[in-house]
Amino acid sequence: MDLIINLTLNGLATGMLIFLLAAGLTLIFGLMDVLNFAHGGLFAWGAYSGLWIYSQTDSFIIGIIGAILMGFLLGIITEKWIIKPVYGNHVQQILITLGLMLVLSEMLKVIWGPNQITASPPDYLKGSWELGGIIIIKYRVFIILVGFLIFASVQYVLKKTKIGLVVRAGVMNKEMVQALGINIQKVFMFVFMIGAGMAALGGVLLGPYSGVIHAGMGMEFAILAFIVVVIGGMGNFKGSVLAAILVGLSGSFMAYYVPDLSLAVNMLLMAIVLIIRPQGLFGAKG
Amino acid sequence: MNDLLKLDNVETYIGQYHILQGVSFEVKKGEVTVLLGRNGAGKTTTLRTIMGLNPASKGNVMFKGVPIQSLPTYTIAKKGIGYVPEDQGIFAGLTVEENMRVAIQTENEETAKRMEWILNLFPDLKKFWKKPGGLLSGGQKQMLSIARAYVNENELLLIDEPSKGLAPIVVEKVMDSILQMKDQTTIVLVEQNFMMASTIGDCFYIIDDGRTVSQGTMKQLKEDEEMKRKYLGIA
Repeated sequence: MDLIINLTLNGLATGMLIFLLAAGLTLIFGLMDVLNFAHGGLFAWGAYSGLWIYSQTDSFIIGIIGAILMGFLLGIITEKWIIKPVYGNHVQQILITLGLMLVLSEMLKVIWGPNQITASPPDYLKGSWELGGIIIIKYRVFIILVGFLIFASVQYVLKKTKIGLVVRAGVMNKEMVQALGINIQKVFMFVFMIGAGMAALGGVLLGPYSGVIHAGMGMEFAILAFIVVVIGGMGNFKGSVLAAILVGLSGSFMAYYVPDLSLAVNMLLMAIVLIIRPQGLFGAKG
Repeated sequence: MNDLLKLDNVETYIGQYHILQGVSFEVKKGEVTVLLGRNGAGKTTTLRTIMGLNPASKGNVMFKGVPIQSLPTYTIAKKGIGYVPEDQGIFAGLTVEENMRVAIQTENEETAKRMEWILNLFPDLKKFWKKPGGLLSGGQKQMLSIARAYVNENELLLIDEPSKGLAPIVVEKVMDSILQMKDQTTIVLVEQNFMMASTIGDCFYIIDDGRTVSQGTMKQLKEDEEMKRKYLGIA
């Protein structure tokens, strides 16, 4: 039982980190029809900048806030100067965002060096609780809670506020949103900024979870995030959280029981979903 | 001068295709101006050009005497032009309520009054208030699309083929509602259904091969069998 609960918590924590990356990706794709391959770079930048601020201030909270602000800033710059000129052209988008991904990764090496950087949680999140003989690692619970809090907050904004309503409408029909007098460019910028902030948050949370960060972490997680976006349904926010949990849990259990298949299982999941439901588990047809 | 909208020799390309090759017409305040013509003549593109969705490459589009042809779509809409597209443009995953809410530019007493009026005109929308727009019937979607364009204090409504694909009884209902709205706003209507167009319209322009080729009052058109046969295919 101890093992099952720990594998589940591990899977949920990993799932939440993937969700933080995938949520922005799916919203950006759904609203802006942009495949942002640089999204993983924003994740890595969140990790590096946040943990650097954490090391300088000795406050993990300030590190998290710093990472999110870095994500916002990079999101605005990316949308305004990199993505905007190539709206509507998928080939150019793929090329330019892949290029940006490389630039972002290499810049990390230039600023913080090519070696891995170790990271550990703050003292109050270190260690574990023991509940009825079951060891529960505090930091995993923290990641899960932050993940759900972010999910609930974004869900609230999407469902209960005017800007959220506009974003949902924009995912369905951008042209009509503009014809109703709404500046869709501002909405694009807002979504890109929020998506980048969430990715950066995921990055800074990953550091103490995995113990080390490195410049290639963005690409590794971006692949998982793309799998999640496809499984959940492109553009579907709720789908992204459920698919991220599914991928996180399957990865966690497979890594323990059939380690050789732990990476292949995500690809297999995606292939099965694409065969049975090409629009993703929660995506709309057409 | 009481022209609310004036198009002067407007030309529009969609990709490499030269769709509008010289469309000119005026819309007088308080009137229903009907754009007629065969399929593919350029009527829908004309409305999309006014809205800036397919911007004009030449010519002028003037709204209340101000050129709007180079403005972005959202600014044009904010100037007071409501648009009901041919495919209705309903946000399928949003409820009827949300479809209406997203359209409201400023929430004030006037908007509330207009909302009440339009919901009384289309009681079906009230009935299906919490239902996703995508689950409405074709007629209900059309009503929602018209209601959404009307709810703001728009001085001009552009309505594209409201009768398309609807059963005759629903067409009558939509026609009645447009007739009621006619007293309160100016309308440019694209319509293939001549019965509907001639009942609602005050004046007409015929567009053929991307050019305005004829104009007049609806009364004149009703009596001109030759023109109806030549441009509209009505015997």
